[in-house]
Amino acid sequence: MGVRTWIEGWPVYRQLTGTDPLGRGAAAQSQRSKELTARTETADRVAKSVCPYCAVGCGQRVFVKDEKVVQIEGDPDSPISRGRLCPKGSASKSLVTSDRRQQKVLYRRPYGTEWESLDLDTAMDMIADRVLAAREQTWEDADADGRPLNRTLGISSLGGATLDNEENYIIKKLFTALGAIQIENQARI
Amino acid sequence: MAEAHPVGFQWVIEAKKRGAKIIHVDPRFTRTSALAHSFVPVRAGADIAFLGGVVNYILSNEKDFREYVLAYTNASMIVSEEFQDTEDLDGLFSGFDPETRAYDQSSWQYAGQQDEGQEEGESHVDRETASGLEQESHGPPIPADVPRDPTLQDPRCVYQVLKRHYARYTPEVVERLCGVPQDKFLEVCEAWTANSGRERTTALVYSVGWTQHSVGVQYIRTGAIIQLLLGNMGRPGGGVMALRGHASIQGSTDIPTLFNLLPGYLPMPHVSQHETFGQWIDAIRHPEQKGFWANAKSYAVSLLKSYWGDAATEENDYGYGWLPRLTGDHGTYQQVLDMIDGKIKGYFLLGQNPAVGSAHGRAQRLGMANLDWLVVRDLFMIESATFWKNGPEVETGEIVPEQCKTEVFFMPAASHVEKEGTFTQTQRMLQWREKAVNPPGDARSELWFFYHLGRRLKARLGDSDKSRDEAIKNLTWEYGSSDEPEAELVLKEINGYDLESGKLLSSFTEMKPDGSTAGGCWIYTGVYKDGVNQAARRKPGSEQNYVAPEWGWAWPANRRTLYNRASADPEGNPWSERKKYVWWDAAKGEWTGDDVPDFEKTKPPSYRPPEGASGVEAISGDDAFIMQGDGKGWLYAPSGLIDGPMPTHYEPAESGVANPLYGQQANPTRKVYDRSDNLTNPSAPDRHAEVFPYVFSTSRLTEHHTAGGMSRQLPYLSELQPEMFVEVSPALAAERGLTHLGWAHIVTARAAIEARVMVTDRLRPLRIEGRTVHQLWMPYHWGGEGVVTGDSANDLIGITLDPNVLIQESKVGTCDIRAGRRPAGPGLLAYVKDYRRRAGLEDDSGK
Repeated sequence: MGVRTWIEGWPVYRQLTGTDPLGRGAAAQSQRSKELTARTETADRVAKSVCPYCAVGCGQRVFVKDEKVVQIEGDPDSPISRGRLCPKGSASKSLVTSDRRQQKVLYRRPYGTEWESLDLDTAMDMIADRVLAAREQTWEDADADGRPLNRTLGISSLGGATLDNEENYIIKKLFTALGAIQIENQARI
Repeated sequence: MAEAHPVGFQWVIEAKKRGAKIIHVDPRFTRTSALAHSFVPVRAGADIAFLGGVVNYILSNEKDFREYVLAYTNASMIVSEEFQDTEDLDGLFSGFDPETRAYDQSSWQYAGQQDEGQEEGESHVDRETASGLEQESHGPPIPADVPRDPTLQDPRCVYQVLKRHYARYTPEVVERLCGVPQDKFLEVCEAWTANSGRERTTALVYSVGWTQHSVGVQYIRTGAIIQLLLGNMGRPGGGVMALRGHASIQGSTDIPTLFNLLPGYLPMPHVSQHETFGQWIDAIRHPEQKGFWANAKSYAVSLLKSYWGDAATEENDYGYGWLPRLTGDHGTYQQVLDMIDGKIKGYFLLGQNPAVGSAHGRAQRLGMANLDWLVVRDLFMIESATFWKNGPEVETGEIVPEQCKTEVFFMPAASHVEKEGTFTQTQRMLQWREKAVNPPGDARSELWFFYHLGRRLKARLGDSDKSRDEAIKNLTWEYGSSDEPEAELVLKEINGYDLESGKLLSSFTEMKPDGSTAGGCWIYTGVYKDGVNQAARRKPGSEQNYVAPEWGWAWPANRRTLYNRASADPEGNPWSERKKYVWWDAAKGEWTGDDVPDFEKTKPPSYRPPEGASGVEAISGDDAFIMQGDGKGWLYAPSGLIDGPMPTHYEPAESGVANPLYGQQANPTRKVYDRSDNLTNPSAPDRHAEVFPYVFSTSRLTEHHTAGGMSRQLPYLSELQPEMFVEVSPALAAERGLTHLGWAHIVTARAAIEARVMVTDRLRPLRIEGRTVHQLWMPYHWGGEGVVTGDSANDLIGITLDPNVLIQESKVGTCDIRAGRRPAGPGLLAYVKDYRRRAGLEDDSGK
């Protein structure tokens, strides 16, 4: 280590000679801080996204490394949010990476007292069977005057409003074709 | 706004820095109030009295923007001689039928229109199906030519009718009803009117503090009347801004998963009103009306072509016969009561947690406990998935796991970064999200779930020869070849195609009524303009004008401000240089400006329709409100609304105050479910109202989200707001012996819940009708699952709905509050029952 390097390693020297006379930035930086690298710099890629909480629609940048989300930040390009996120938006990395997230299908049988595990494909088949059975049991062709009804009142659905437009579109399309009309979402609430 | 939409609030602060005056009207002092110039505390549930007072101030002082009002509103139109006002009938409009509690709306119409009236039977059906004003053309048709008095002197013109209706809403009345001192109220009126006109505009911002009322639609109507009178609609810096609360709740209304709507606000067919294809189309387009709804057949046929492809032909009315029919109220609250009654077999919950988030939590949970099966799709284990195991009713003994038959499937969901697709934010703007990573484990998108469910159902019904299965067999269901369906293919289907050339449509004006185009949501046509995913555009805001038209895509046609023709005067010139936005360029012969003009591009301001014209041709060069049947902004709604052509102050369904203005206490047409498991607290002047002496309201905290499924599961947010609490004023704390940070419990006819007490002067007692009214406030985020848990405020609330949209009154109710924790176990039921007995709500016959 040369004398010059040694002197420059001294914060007060940097504060007196550098661009940070108040000693609140570069002058005060420790060697450890200097060697740190932001996760945003070492990410493999960045996905442009949108915050999933309220309806302001703040832009998010999702940083990915080794197929894991390593950081979510506000997108400064967004004319809506200009890079800002609120406490919830700022916590959205912990939303998507939480170890509390359920990752497996769970099943509670009638009169059961505990959850059981179930294979995803089996669950899908069981649900398809139940949809058709409920529809069959409650199907209405026509009303008392013979006017067509083409429907079932045996099936209900209530969606959240964090679903994508594309998802809502095929949900409504499928249920309508099934004759299920009791399809609702948070907008009614 | 600063609490629940903090990042949006930065623009309020920007405006403040540039000299705008910020006024905050709220029952409770929040972070918004802290940054406003003026905070106006108001009684929850008295907003129409407050806003009606503003209307009265404008009209009695002639502060309206007269040129705008004359040109762009229906102020000069003559109302039927048959019409009688609430001022004549003690709180009812003409045409009320006490049997059905619905109106025959014939007398509300414009003069010369009486023959086409909406009878009370139809009005009743409209309430059941939430179809009041579901699209602008709903209700009896409006003739293109209505008698007018441009001098506004005719006693039957809308302007004079409105003036008489609000004449009693004086500053004194506002003070008596709302608890707002007259000088404070007049300060708001003066600021609002002084900041409106040619040179200035005022923005009005609201949230569900308005929608969640038994008169919610009329609250918003009153705001719209003020903004029309002051010339603030369709202009930069003006408007009525609904701050919606969920990432794509606007999208889930546009492309609805709602019982009464199909995409693009087309109505779901009703068994009697829309028996045939022709009746359905005519009910939307009204052949003799003005406006763009005249092309409804193109929008409707294109939707049916998207659903059923080649199987939708002219011969089979494009598959109209396959659509299921409504017969009445099939809304979420009716469904829950039907679940309790055992009528519903299966229930899907898709990222939604009604056990905490919907009104009357106990009814929600008891309904779920009486299903055959329930599918819950969510990121986390939420209360609606565990009602059979950990719910409050397990504690009281009302749900016994060994006796609860409901089969429950918990299906883990993909998060917003694990799938691609569009959200539509609160300004109608679609923004495409790129996928960052794959979802973990069994977690899947809703797109995946419904695509594969549909695939399975089609396979199982493939050999069926039943007519009921034709709709499924013929359903187009091709969304790519990989396991995860391609969201872009779905968005393209929503946008629509020309079926002959296979080209994506660029505008809904290209849609055809002959089956040669398809498109799943006409108002979204153009999101794939020029074959480009316009919602994925991300040109930085710093590189665009302030309207930022190249960031995302807003429906319709990428317009950022609706009805912006009104930003120019009738001749097409900007009202002022300062408020220039969209104008007529005479040299080029077209509309131009900072935004996409909300008008036919080359129709000049001087255009006048030929006699007998209808539809788009009938829109005059100065008809700025191109979706309305008469081309005008409605100060008075001659059709469509269930509860009256003008907003009127009614007390909330539960109120300790007898309506000071009318004998009619609450909204006479509100939707009620009169059942022993959905009791309503008695209101003044009835006996026993004093059992529930306080007003309560609920809302959000910055650090939590709705029913907590996306926030109480996260350590950071849970640490920031760790516990359910109730805010009370020092005066109320003294009255009930409540101590700061101690426990209290809150009681209604439905439930008793407990919370920590926060004694704060953010809430203040109001003087209403000469007596003190205490208000208390709670967040509604808590439930029994998560990092932090607590009782749910929504358990307190019963089910009473706005008649136009069937949304519950959950922003105001009456309650009692007592020090200490609530009883636990079966003792809780007895405790609430005793309150009901004292309130005269218990049937003493032992049933």
